[in-house]
Amino acid sequence: MQTLISLIAGLIFGYGLVLSGMSNPAKVMNFLDLTGSFDPSLIFVMLGAVVTTFIGYRLVWRMERPFISGELQNTLKSQIDGRLIVGPILFGVGWGLVGLCPGPALASLTFGGLSALIFFVALIIGMLVSKLIVRFI
Amino acid sequence: METEFTPIMSLLGGVLIGLSAVLMMASFGRITGVSGILGGLFTFTPFTNLWRLAFVVGVILSPFIFRKATGITPDYHVSSDVVILVIGGLLVGLGTVIGSGCTSGHGVCGMARLSKRSFFATALFMVSAIVTVYVMRHVI
Repeated sequence: MQTLISLIAGLIFGYGLVLSGMSNPAKVMNFLDLTGSFDPSLIFVMLGAVVTTFIGYRLVWRMERPFISGELQNTLKSQIDGRLIVGPILFGVGWGLVGLCPGPALASLTFGGLSALIFFVALIIGMLVSKLIVRFI
Repeated sequence: METEFTPIMSLLGGVLIGLSAVLMMASFGRITGVSGILGGLFTFTPFTNLWRLAFVVGVILSPFIFRKATGITPDYHVSSDVVILVIGGLLVGLGTVIGSGCTSGHGVCGMARLSKRSFFATALFMVSAIVTVYVMRHVI
């Protein structure tokens, strides 16, 4: 059951990425290009996603527990450490270079051709390497 | 290359992303962070999480449903420079694991939970990405 719900959630998530235009790297790069061919569309993606999640989470947190299994994740860490500085800076450089973050990297695999595949393989290698690095910090 | 300003489609797409995150929380209490879900499939420990694979497969297959429903093939324009693609992919992989999240985990779910760490991380990767695009397009 959990597997089926995850599949449906993934389909909805990916559909949202494609509909919103986030799966098009050119659109993402234009959003980031404030002084050039600026396209503010992605502000609306963020707005729609954050407001929906903000309201939805608060409704869900009124339940005792999730309707399938597990516990409701709602503990917040507040510590800002070196990892939370280095990680987002590196991620931002990669995102700015190509215009793909992890969700769109997946959603574009079936229509992005060889370039989408190359990016995806590099992304996975980056994840594996950093997991090794993180073990030794 | 110019892209069309699409406030309605983008807002609707964002709402769907939010609904997906709410469904994951309501059904089994999970934060919907794509880097975390994807990263959990590629670990050095034995494979136990079928739900991660299911979510990833859903995202990969979603464009087929989009095409069936709308008849439109999604726009996609990306750098054809292999070096840029490889460096970009490596940095996104490194950065999201080190920083424990990406645009969905920190940017959407984290901010919706009013997490200080996620506000900080989101501001930082936005600035870092904006500076990178500025340098690549207007300086070099």
